[in-house]
Amino acid sequence: MYQKILFGNLTLAAIPYHNPIIMGAGFFMGLIGAAVIGALLYFNKWKWLWREWITTVDHKKIGVMYIILAIIMLLRGMADAIMMRLQQVLSVGNSMGYLPPEHYDQIFTAHGVIMIFFMAMPFMFGLINLVLPLQIGARDVAYPFLNSLSFWLAVVGAMLVNISLLIGDFAATGWLAYPPLSELAYSPGVGVDYYIWALQISGVGTLLSGINFVVTVLKMRCPGMTMMKMPIFVWTAFCSMILVILAFPVLTVTLALLFLDRYFGMHFFTTDAGGNAMMYINMIWIWGHPEVYILILPAFGIYSEIVATFSKKYLFGYETMVWATACITILAFIVWLHHFFTMGAGANVNAFFGIMTMIISVPTGVKVFNWLFTMYRGRITFSTPMLWTIGFITTFVFGGVTGVLMAVPAIDYQVHNSLFLVAHFHNAIIGGVVFGYLGGLTYWFPKAFGFKLNETLGKCAFWCWLIGFYIAFIPLYLLGLMGMTRRLNHYDVSTGWHPYLVIAAIGASIIVCGIIFQVLQLIVSIKNREQNRDVTGDPWDGRTLEWSIPSPAPFYNFAVTPIVDSRDAFWAAKLQKSENNNLNPAPHYHDIHMPKNTSAGFMIAVFSGLVGFATIWHIVWLMALGLLGVIFTMVVHSFNMSTDYYLKSNEIEKLDLQRV
Amino acid sequence: MTTHTLNNDHHHDMDTTDIFGFWIYILSDCILFACLFAAYAVLHNNVYGGPSMRMLINIPSIFNETIILLVSSFTYGMAVLSSYKNNIYPVILWLGITMMLGAFFVGMEINEFTHLYQEGHSWQSSAALSAFFTLVGTHGLHVTIGIIWMAMIILQLMIFKISPVMQKRLTYLGLFWAFLDIIWIFVFTIVYLMGAI
Repeated sequence: MYQKILFGNLTLAAIPYHNPIIMGAGFFMGLIGAAVIGALLYFNKWKWLWREWITTVDHKKIGVMYIILAIIMLLRGMADAIMMRLQQVLSVGNSMGYLPPEHYDQIFTAHGVIMIFFMAMPFMFGLINLVLPLQIGARDVAYPFLNSLSFWLAVVGAMLVNISLLIGDFAATGWLAYPPLSELAYSPGVGVDYYIWALQISGVGTLLSGINFVVTVLKMRCPGMTMMKMPIFVWTAFCSMILVILAFPVLTVTLALLFLDRYFGMHFFTTDAGGNAMMYINMIWIWGHPEVYILILPAFGIYSEIVATFSKKYLFGYETMVWATACITILAFIVWLHHFFTMGAGANVNAFFGIMTMIISVPTGVKVFNWLFTMYRGRITFSTPMLWTIGFITTFVFGGVTGVLMAVPAIDYQVHNSLFLVAHFHNAIIGGVVFGYLGGLTYWFPKAFGFKLNETLGKCAFWCWLIGFYIAFIPLYLLGLMGMTRRLNHYDVSTGWHPYLVIAAIGASIIVCGIIFQVLQLIVSIKNREQNRDVTGDPWDGRTLEWSIPSPAPFYNFAVTPIVDSRDAFWAAKLQKSENNNLNPAPHYHDIHMPKNTSAGFMIAVFSGLVGFATIWHIVWLMALGLLGVIFTMVVHSFNMSTDYYLKSNEIEKLDLQRV
Repeated sequence: MTTHTLNNDHHHDMDTTDIFGFWIYILSDCILFACLFAAYAVLHNNVYGGPSMRMLINIPSIFNETIILLVSSFTYGMAVLSSYKNNIYPVILWLGITMMLGAFFVGMEINEFTHLYQEGHSWQSSAALSAFFTLVGTHGLHVTIGIIWMAMIILQLMIFKISPVMQKRLTYLGLFWAFLDIIWIFVFTIVYLMGAI
């Protein structure tokens, strides 16, 4: 009785003692956590961590923290991927492999959820945070406090997914948790609840970030920067954030309705009492399809920046690039049904969505040609970011073509739910999104930290990723055509699939080598940072405003607000300067309006996490406590009227001169 | 690229930026409601053997609710107008009236819900009722949050008096409150009026 009140449905039985794999993973996570805490205690860095990072509202630091979160989650998601590949190699014929089905199902769900929501999304927000305000000559984002809140909500969401490993279990439903399987009748455990709350909490953060960046782009550009003079990354991020604002509320509602079904016995998606499971699938994809463009558009922007910088040319067809991005933004909303042509919506409906899907490849094709023509007759430097870009162009075109193939409903009926589809979207997401973000990280790393990453190790990582990708996923295309459906835990020898799956596993381990090189690259670069220090602030001979300030970027970004009169403003300024040395008079400093650090974002996120955890386990008092905590923190924050300060002009002058 | 030499005092600028952001939040909330309306549109005939929505709706009572909510927007407008005259007491008085009307609205809604529940029509009965309770209830939840928010604004007005920051917050809440009116017009039309036909 008391136990029920105190702990709700949570009992010691929720911890999977009997499963050595999970306990081992948990032990490993605990070990790393203990090491971090131990190091913080040993070096007495708690105060520093709190003051400089946890309470920070500086967009660059928040960006760095987002990327750290993304890399940690990449390792977790990659571990899941390797486990799946290994299972499919071992589990053939009489052997059942090493993962029981209920555990295997959780692994493929966690892999998808983690990679999309807690690797790709944080990585994207990390890069946007780091770069976008600098590219438009702004001091910070429009709402620095909301920015910190968004980040911590994302962390809390990620933590919930990881806690589910040790306390209870995770959803075994696939990454979109289709009902009726995800309904209480068929998934009575807490797995789906963990899924719902991890996504709801981080989803609110994502929505707030979307609003934040749209306002930042529309209202905080430096004087002279009209929309058509914005760097292309700003454009693509802007369109992506518009998609966030329009799509994420749909996800929130969809998951909320599923929650109401599970918690209050409603009947939105149940099989009885008039529920309609197909409505869930429609709604989740009305969010889900824009989501893939939310991820890929900023990556397109990154490639555009990289290709112009390393070809030493203006981006070919800037305006068509902008229009192509805008077209994709709109089209992203009218193709969702291609995810379930087999639902049987009718030939005309399928034809409409099939044609729309094919049309979306037109603006994407425009972009590909723009990148190619930018390189044409350019002076190309084959640095790591440029390698990622070239690797992307070939890989992504390949993935796009298979996508157009599946846009034909008749073909889709054949390959629906098969490994062909799995290969297609990994082709687009690894070859498009991941390559872009990793390239972007290498490209902008010096701006964040003041030194370049090791080029040799970066190139090793790139080649491992590229070759590993093809070896891992070409077999999956073939397997899909041979009729192998996705998410199989076991199959028969007579299918003849085994050799292909062995090759795929080899490919996956080559990708792991790529990740190892990447981690190694970080370690070696940090160790040798004095040799690779970027003293100019412009290590790549860049074109946009972020390279006009020192590296690492000072906390106030621009000592004097820049005024621009052309695209690639910094490049134009450099050209002018080489003609006339008298163009840079002594700068005129003014006071800068700066936001103060606040712990409110962190606190609200922690309380939200408590609400989520308590709801998952039906612990009523903790739910109430968490909710009150959220409201209380918000109210206290709203009573705090001194949220900003002025950085005095003489101070800035001093800081600025120190750097030069 | 040259350097910016204008004065950097952009507090006023920041306010319009902030309010613009709030408009975008309202946009996202519109989409949230759009999804709930869509769910209701898909499911409202799935009564699963229970009575149709038409038999459960009491238009006169809902009409009174509607009038109360619309009047509360008017009184909120009065509060904003008096805030321009820099006189704090009428502002608090009008906000108090608005809050009361809002509370009245929520009370009537709870009353409607309990009646339905007591007659055996709960959100568990059918998909149509699930969608009905969720759509109308989400609006009611928004109004409730608005009322709590208004109480906070009154408290803050007493402490900080009428300042630019408080003016901005009054604008936020005003947008939110008017938005809830507009959503209610749709709820009234689609759920109740069209349901009664």
